[in-house]
Amino acid sequence: MADAQERISDLVTNNKVVLFMKGNPTMPQCGFSARATTILTHLGAEFAHVDVLSDPEIRQGIKTYSNWPTIPQLYINGEFVGGSDIMMELYQSGDLAAQLQA
Amino acid sequence: MMDPERIKELIESHLPECTALIHNDMGDGEHFAAEVVSSAFEGLSLVKQHQLVYQALGDHMKSDIHALALKTFTTAQWAQRN
Repeated sequence: MADAQERISDLVTNNKVVLFMKGNPTMPQCGFSARATTILTHLGAEFAHVDVLSDPEIRQGIKTYSNWPTIPQLYINGEFVGGSDIMMELYQSGDLAAQLQA
Repeated sequence: MMDPERIKELIESHLPECTALIHNDMGDGEHFAAEVVSSAFEGLSLVKQHQLVYQALGDHMKSDIHALALKTFTTAQWAQRN
């Protein structure tokens, strides 16, 4: 498990914006991951993604990393921002656009 | 399968001055939506607020609850809203 935590730490440090999701942005495999992708695309954000369905170690590890039980999970500048509900709230309030530009 | 009443009970018993409204619109006992009001949310980030709710549900989030769309309100926010 320590390996997974290290890999996650590298992923969120080396990419400004990372979405851990089910499937990929072109073909999301879950409604919540689709919603998260739509929000980021709509804001014109460039983001890296990790498909947890193809990486079981990360799929479990990311839940421990953030102490958050569900996927998708968004990280900006190394910090956990939230899942799709929080992304939607932050999108509506304009805070997400601001965080993406910071 | 999870009874919405049980989810309500778990959340309300773990958080102070808490009211939880649970919806299971698909009626499948796996996909839920919840609106949760508690004084404990005051001053916390959204992530921390949601984490409190997830904590209350413990292992149910890993097993019988497949999805929980969550919206949290401090007592003051809820009063303003209604």
